[in-house]
Amino acid sequence: MTAPTPDPDLLYTEAEDDLRTAVRALLTDRCDPATVLAGLESATAYDAGLWRALGTDIGTAGLLVPEAFGGAGASAREAAVVLEELGRSVAPVPYLTSAVIAVTALLGCDGELPDVARLLTGLAEGRTVAVLALPLPTAPGGTYPSRVHADARGALSGRITSVADAAAAQILLVPADGPEGPALYAVDTTDAGVRYDPVTPLDLTRPLGHLTLEGAAGRPLATGERARAAVGQALLTGAGLLASEQLGIAEWCLAETVRHTTERKQFGRAVGSFQALKHRLAALWLDVASARAAARNAADALATDSPDAPVAVAVAQAYCAPVAVRAAEECIQLHGGIGMTWEHPAHLFLKRAKSDEIALGAPGRHRETLAELVALPAP
Amino acid sequence: MTDAADLRRRTAELLAAHPPATTAPLDFLRARFDAGLAWIHFPEGLGGLDAPRALQSVVDAELAAAGAPDNNPGRIGIGLGMAAPTLLRYGTDAQRRRFLRPLWTGEEVWCQLFSEPGAGSDLAALATRAVRTGSAGPEGAGDWVVDGQKVWTSGAHHARWAILIARTDPGLPKHQGITYFVCDMTDPGVDVRPLRQITGEAEFNEVFLTGVTIPDAHRLGEVGEGWRVAQTTLMNERVAIGGARTPREGGMIGVAAGAWRARPGLRTHDLHQRLLTLWVDAEVARLTGERLRQQLTKGQPGPEGSGMKLAFARLAQQISGWEVEFLAEEGLTYDDWTLRRPDGVDFTGREAGYRYLRAKGNSIEGGTSEVLLNIVAERVLGLPPEPRSDKDVAWKDLPR
Repeated sequence: MTAPTPDPDLLYTEAEDDLRTAVRALLTDRCDPATVLAGLESATAYDAGLWRALGTDIGTAGLLVPEAFGGAGASAREAAVVLEELGRSVAPVPYLTSAVIAVTALLGCDGELPDVARLLTGLAEGRTVAVLALPLPTAPGGTYPSRVHADARGALSGRITSVADAAAAQILLVPADGPEGPALYAVDTTDAGVRYDPVTPLDLTRPLGHLTLEGAAGRPLATGERARAAVGQALLTGAGLLASEQLGIAEWCLAETVRHTTERKQFGRAVGSFQALKHRLAALWLDVASARAAARNAADALATDSPDAPVAVAVAQAYCAPVAVRAAEECIQLHGGIGMTWEHPAHLFLKRAKSDEIALGAPGRHRETLAELVALPAP
Repeated sequence: MTDAADLRRRTAELLAAHPPATTAPLDFLRARFDAGLAWIHFPEGLGGLDAPRALQSVVDAELAAAGAPDNNPGRIGIGLGMAAPTLLRYGTDAQRRRFLRPLWTGEEVWCQLFSEPGAGSDLAALATRAVRTGSAGPEGAGDWVVDGQKVWTSGAHHARWAILIARTDPGLPKHQGITYFVCDMTDPGVDVRPLRQITGEAEFNEVFLTGVTIPDAHRLGEVGEGWRVAQTTLMNERVAIGGARTPREGGMIGVAAGAWRARPGLRTHDLHQRLLTLWVDAEVARLTGERLRQQLTKGQPGPEGSGMKLAFARLAQQISGWEVEFLAEEGLTYDDWTLRRPDGVDFTGREAGYRYLRAKGNSIEGGTSEVLLNIVAERVLGLPPEPRSDKDVAWKDLPR
């Protein structure tokens, strides 16, 4: 293309490495696969204690929130590192939905509004969980994704299917068609006009449900172009950073499979010494190394507000989503029988990877976006 | 510490003392080498300044802007990418001073005498023999006489020198009995014959060595140490083949994307989907290479290098195959089957059919993709090696 090739920083800074160490230590301690497995079919939608420790105690919930609102004033690069670690442990916490997507949507609203400031402060502390009330598969770059109508008094009505982490949220950020066009409202999940119907998700580590709003009281946060831009940036950031979660998933699957095939003996030798398996793992390693470059590129583009961000995000999603799925599928296959059991955690990663592939736009959607962005038009 | 400002100053001084407009290209290149601006990460006195390699682009950009001649790196890729790093690491002072300057300026072209008809992926099984003669050479030690056959030798017909590995002790296991030499390609015992490829041209050669004399002073590293020395060459070969820096849509994908934009009448939905997937893969491969370079710049070399050539080969083959298919009727044609002897390799040169056929070599030359996958699996992932029956047996006793 005619635009100059961007010059992103694709490595990790020392501060990012330190952040990773802290998050990994916490997750190793409190979110090992056995713990995640045990919690899967419990009544709680997510691990509230883990969320407090992760979001509040070590402060990751406020990474993207400016210091003026009590956050860390960090960037998408740091949030991406947290997501890599969360992917590695399929942690059941609303980080992507609340600390990334909802926070980014709020940052696009008018910070002078008391509601916006109050919400950002609550989110920064990890005290409040908010989610953008959209179906999880909603991709960035489309038309304003409203399923809800708002009347002049801010009463909201409509149905939004397949919203992730709404069960953990106190606040819904609801894109709606208002009297003056697109608008974004805040709604308390306890409002009498809000009904939540959980569905049984493929990925049990990310609760999913349908929202029905019947005259729910909405407080306006943004309207018109501002609302459109806020929601668009939230989806773009979510999709871009989801690539880092997918990288984390793929990394765990590769490492675990290498460990297993090194230890598992059949025909008198470690099965990992057979070229048929070795080559598959080496090819997977290359995919994971490539996914890291793609995910870092997206995180850096978002962090630096690069004009290339839409391309970087579409590339990262189109590439990383299938890599995570393939890594999880290889993990199960190369584990043999044990990989097919409920007891072994590999299925957690497969279910998360497959759901993540659909979340925020499937790879084909991102390639279509790319076709426009880089001028490779369809026939 | 040499920084960018210092390099700009040195480059400006070079340009002032030797204005490209009025200086013969070779004189300019020699002056550039002597100024330490040839490859700045090399030592002072050998064309460099012991400066960080990442800053080379500063010098290159300034020189290109001033219209300075380059050393036609495509023509001397084997010298620059493989012989030079090996000479730097294992050469004696005398060898480095004799060979590096004309190598870099392109006055002397180098080729690589490694592969043999019976030693491809299993390069260590090579059978070319080097025998020490009784007569003392100028250095005192006996000269060597080499007999054997090498194959897939790019550019041997232009080459003044070759890097050569040969068996010096058949009684040792195969990795231990090899020694590394610099071979004079003008020796009367060297017979270079074109090897015609599937593209129709003969970029490669087979080289017959019959009683070729090599003075002991042209041995690189110790006797029997050749396999270790060759690893330096091979690792650099893979970097050279897979690691070229490209802008977005650089290389093969740019050609394919350009064809798509220029020829709307040929577009189909299936080709569109596949092109977008290839575009993403090419962009991610570019970013992976870029990340590797950033790691090298920070002195944290990553293992990604081992994988870059794999990705490059697969992409080149898929993209060029896509392009031939996209071109439909035109894809049925070929530009020219004439046996030609090209100066260098240009993977994106000529037409789609040529690119498609030439790309088949990318997963074979410089280590097949299968061998590279083994290397990644064993050295990066730490998977156990296949059981080997040939490692501790004397070379002469191996079945063949």
